[in-house]
Amino acid sequence: MLKKLARCIREYKKDTIITPIYIIFEVILECIIPMVIADLVTKIQYGCEMDVVIKYGVILVLMACFSLAFGGLAGASSAKAACGFAKNIRKDLFYKVQDFSFENIDRFSSSSLVTRLTTDVSNVQMAFMMIIRTAIRAPFMFVFSFVMAYVKVGKLASVFVVVVPILLFVLIMVIKTAMPLFRKVFKKYDALNNSIQENVKSMRVVKSFVREDYEKEKFTYAAEDVCADFTKADKILAWNTPIMQFCLYVVMIFVLYVGSYVIITTKGANINVGSLSAMLTYGMQILMSLMMISMIFVMVTLSVESAKRIVEVLDEESTIKNVEGEQLQFDVKDGSIDFEAVNFKYAKKASKMALSNINLSIASGETIGIIGGTGSSKSSLIQLIPRLYDVTEGTVKVAGVDVRKYDLESLRNAVAVVLQKNVLFSGTIKENLRWGNKEATDEEILEACKLAQADEFIQRFPDKYDTYIEQGGANVSGGQKQRLCIARALLKKPKILILDDSTSAVDTKTDALIRKAFAEYIPDTTKIIIAQRISSIQEADRIIVMDGGTITGVGTHVELLKNNNIYREIYTSQNKAGDKDEE
Amino acid sequence: MKNKKQDKGMVPKGTLPRVIKTLFEFYPKMMPTVLVFIVFSAIVSSIPSIFMQKVMNIIDVTYKSGDWNGISQKIFQYICILGGLYTLSLCACFTYTRMMAVITQGFLKKLRVKMFHIMQNLPIKYFDQNNHGDIMSYYTNDTDTLRQMISQSIPQLITSGVTVCSVFFLMLYFSVWLTLVVIFGIIIMFMVTKKVGSASAKYFIRQQHAIGKTEGYIEEMMNGQKVVKVFCHEEETEKAFDEINEALYQDSKSANSFANMLMPILNNIGNVLYVVVAVVGGILIASKVTNVSISGIPMGISIAVPFLNMTKQFCANISQVSQQINAVVMGLAGASRIFELIDQEAEVDDGYVTLVNAKEVNGEIVECEEHTGMWAWKHPHTADGSVTYTKLTGDVRLFDVDFGYEEGKIVLHNVDVYAEPGQKIAFVGSTGAGKTTITNLINRFYDIADGKIRYDGININKIKKADLRRSLGIVLQETNLFTGTVMDNIRYGKLEATDEECIAAAKLAGADDFITRLPEGYDTPLTGNGANLSQGQRQLIAIARAAVADPPVMILDEATSSIDTRTESIVQKGMDSLMKGRTVFVIAHRLSTIKNSDVIMVLEQGKIIERGSHETLLAEKGKYYQLYTGAFELD
Repeated sequence: MLKKLARCIREYKKDTIITPIYIIFEVILECIIPMVIADLVTKIQYGCEMDVVIKYGVILVLMACFSLAFGGLAGASSAKAACGFAKNIRKDLFYKVQDFSFENIDRFSSSSLVTRLTTDVSNVQMAFMMIIRTAIRAPFMFVFSFVMAYVKVGKLASVFVVVVPILLFVLIMVIKTAMPLFRKVFKKYDALNNSIQENVKSMRVVKSFVREDYEKEKFTYAAEDVCADFTKADKILAWNTPIMQFCLYVVMIFVLYVGSYVIITTKGANINVGSLSAMLTYGMQILMSLMMISMIFVMVTLSVESAKRIVEVLDEESTIKNVEGEQLQFDVKDGSIDFEAVNFKYAKKASKMALSNINLSIASGETIGIIGGTGSSKSSLIQLIPRLYDVTEGTVKVAGVDVRKYDLESLRNAVAVVLQKNVLFSGTIKENLRWGNKEATDEEILEACKLAQADEFIQRFPDKYDTYIEQGGANVSGGQKQRLCIARALLKKPKILILDDSTSAVDTKTDALIRKAFAEYIPDTTKIIIAQRISSIQEADRIIVMDGGTITGVGTHVELLKNNNIYREIYTSQNKAGDKDEE
Repeated sequence: MKNKKQDKGMVPKGTLPRVIKTLFEFYPKMMPTVLVFIVFSAIVSSIPSIFMQKVMNIIDVTYKSGDWNGISQKIFQYICILGGLYTLSLCACFTYTRMMAVITQGFLKKLRVKMFHIMQNLPIKYFDQNNHGDIMSYYTNDTDTLRQMISQSIPQLITSGVTVCSVFFLMLYFSVWLTLVVIFGIIIMFMVTKKVGSASAKYFIRQQHAIGKTEGYIEEMMNGQKVVKVFCHEEETEKAFDEINEALYQDSKSANSFANMLMPILNNIGNVLYVVVAVVGGILIASKVTNVSISGIPMGISIAVPFLNMTKQFCANISQVSQQINAVVMGLAGASRIFELIDQEAEVDDGYVTLVNAKEVNGEIVECEEHTGMWAWKHPHTADGSVTYTKLTGDVRLFDVDFGYEEGKIVLHNVDVYAEPGQKIAFVGSTGAGKTTITNLINRFYDIADGKIRYDGININKIKKADLRRSLGIVLQETNLFTGTVMDNIRYGKLEATDEECIAAAKLAGADDFITRLPEGYDTPLTGNGANLSQGQRQLIAIARAAVADPPVMILDEATSSIDTRTESIVQKGMDSLMKGRTVFVIAHRLSTIKNSDVIMVLEQGKIIERGSHETLLAEKGKYYQLYTGAFELD
């Protein structure tokens, strides 16, 4: 996992490596400075001349300047490294997602992908910065201070050999006990926040059913549960500070008592007051560095979950890509489609086939209507054509060639799908339409919009084709959005055009005009129309009736009315009043 | 959602006192106690340096003699005092860290619960006007920043503050001259902190903008990912993302660089200050200047050494305070937003007419305890103290109603609707014509600007909102289900309903069929607004939920729009039996759904332009006729 993430460092390798080096210098200076100061104190103590003091002063100021320089450099380079690292992770994730197939996208869901690209990345960024800044600093400071303390006061420093392992052990124990609790409570906390979100979204329902008090009670209970767990975990972590202080105090007292004994009995031969106070400083630094190590440990463990979730995306292999090693077909000759013994399910583990035993031949230029209840797998069927999903068994052919043998981009450019859940992106109408064809001229755009019956309302906007579409197409109506999406698909000049329930919000008259335009202006394009309304498809060359993942009937409107029960049922449900009138 | 963060840094005045006040309010006993412990711990842990110094002095004076036995007792005495102080400090520290854990989490919980309670009482208007993401961030981001502030910054600031004060006092105890030197250094430190801090704050704000932009783009693209794939638009999206990503990198790099530099800068100013104090001290000793101090100890090494240590301590505390500044600013910004929510005005309900169980005794309606299936409005009259009862029948009338969501922008004009008990009233019209608005007025999600609404002859303003809404069942186009089992969701309509009642309601709605086919039947857990169900199935559950409540009046706002016509014809039966004997308001896109209504109202731009039955409207050959024949587009 680490290796995978480390690959994102790339051009920031230099900064990543140099940061610890700067920090090593900074730490060295940080440790030497108290030593020099101790020396100075001793010198003053022995009544040295003023010029000696000044000499020391100059040295110290110089060291402080260097320390500042290294500290500053380390700060800047670590910021660069960490932010760059985060940038690269975001980039890799984003690129990876662009590579995803529909199946991959379904597996992650867009909201979880958003979290991974935002919150998770920033968690990892924090941990990374912490690691390159402190993970080197703390152990280095520890070792250095220890050595210096030893140099200064000799055997007296061995007090650390006793205290440090004990402290380390206790700190680790504290964290080890607290971490699983934290992980558990974070999950509960997420659930709590989800329930708030659910509540905010459902406020109308809550208020309509007068369930405010019920919700309050439910929430209070959940919040108390989270709070109890958090408090428990926090209380365990709260041991950290006192334990650390305890060790510090023990060291202080020990050093002071034994130190004064040594100084006095040796008449200050080996150590003196100066080195004693330096020793106390080192002691502080040693314990501080341990504290830092434990903090890094906490941070890193907390970010491990985020890192895992990021790597999960990075590791995900796109299930649909160009088949390697084979001669790819770049040219889609015509718009004929063949389904040969196709079985399909969305997930390998799924027990039920979404489509079973589909055999179907569509000639180029034909207009096909598909109808069926919700969940009858109408959308699944057409999504196999541009390889949005791959068949589980059997083959789908376009222009007589297995879709898996085409170059993906060429195939998808030839097969335009207007998805059921369609979106427009923030940008002008023109920009949105050019998704279909980057180089489309204004005339081509106008023509496509006329075909999709969109020109008429676009002309009524004050800014016409330069009207700004807000995120998700919030400022156009459902019917307008659908027509824009159709126009966008038309701009591809596809061999096959698939409308997946794409005119549901368009009124019947306009719907008919769109179909008429299709028949007149793009007669050679194979058109597949999925619809709920019989009127949208009844003039199609052939109509396919789907139920529970199988084709139950193929034929014209008249034929199906005669011999297909489901079709007749749908027809009567939509024309009930009409029947009554006739009676 | 992220845009809100742009006002970061401009925390309204009085936020900090209010946070503190709230803390004391929530923990009136614990807060003062914990403060005492923190202060005590800080004081106790800064005193030892005096005794340490005393020991050093003794050593300083006597080490040349080498007479350990002569002074060991004295040293031991001091060490014991030290040990005692340390023990006290440890106890205080141990107590307050644990108490802080309790207070922090408890405070956050109480705050969350308070926010949630207040939120539940806010009018629908609030939820219509505010982005749901924004409301969520009160509970997530804003409370998280407060956690950091309360658990770490406040104790740290108090400790450091006390330490700085006591050290300052000790410094004066030793030498006024040297203290002046230190003060000078501290002023420089403050200036630098301010300078660097404001530069870093500037970039942090820019970083927040950039984050908002990046997250916005990511969100938009992740949601439109399938469209990106269909149009082979991956490369373009990647290119656009690279640009935004790079901008974010630049800003966050600068912001973090400044923030990272603050510590080394302050530390080294501390070091230089240390040197300056040493040099000045040396000069003072050498030049034999008379020491000015509280203690009156003459200038000498016994002054200089402890003073140097105190300087170090002083600087360390200052830089610790500076480290907390960011957390405090962010915490206060979060707190101020939370207070915004808390200060929202709750939905006003001055209704006094209540809904009670009733029975008929000798042709008179009498209130009773038990559930009889009959309801009555209990109407107390303040004038003469009498109470009258009106039977709940579901007669809803709107007279000449005007309404606007914003002042001055009227969306409904002179609307008259008369719905007699058991009638089915349909509203037809394009988006924004005011169909849903009318239903919003009936259940008083919004209040009318002008006109009258009468429910069973009672002015609805006099009816207690909870009781009014309890008498109205509602099924919305956007079905919202809750995390829980299918059964829980149906029972939401009537909390005391038995399993049998719920199942009966599901059968009535035509939902029983698919529910029993779910893996765990009625016990199938639903998550993420029933993500594992189809839109149509969700809607069926929502219909069952309304059915179990068994209200006399139903509002169906595009309730069947997501069900395909074939399924709808199956549901229709359930719907028909659900509607039987109730006053029903139906809003539907599909005209087939509303054809059999008693009255159909065609709305256009907030006015009822046509009304009548299906047949009469068709005969009129007006707007409805156009709609029905498909000559006109709805939406």
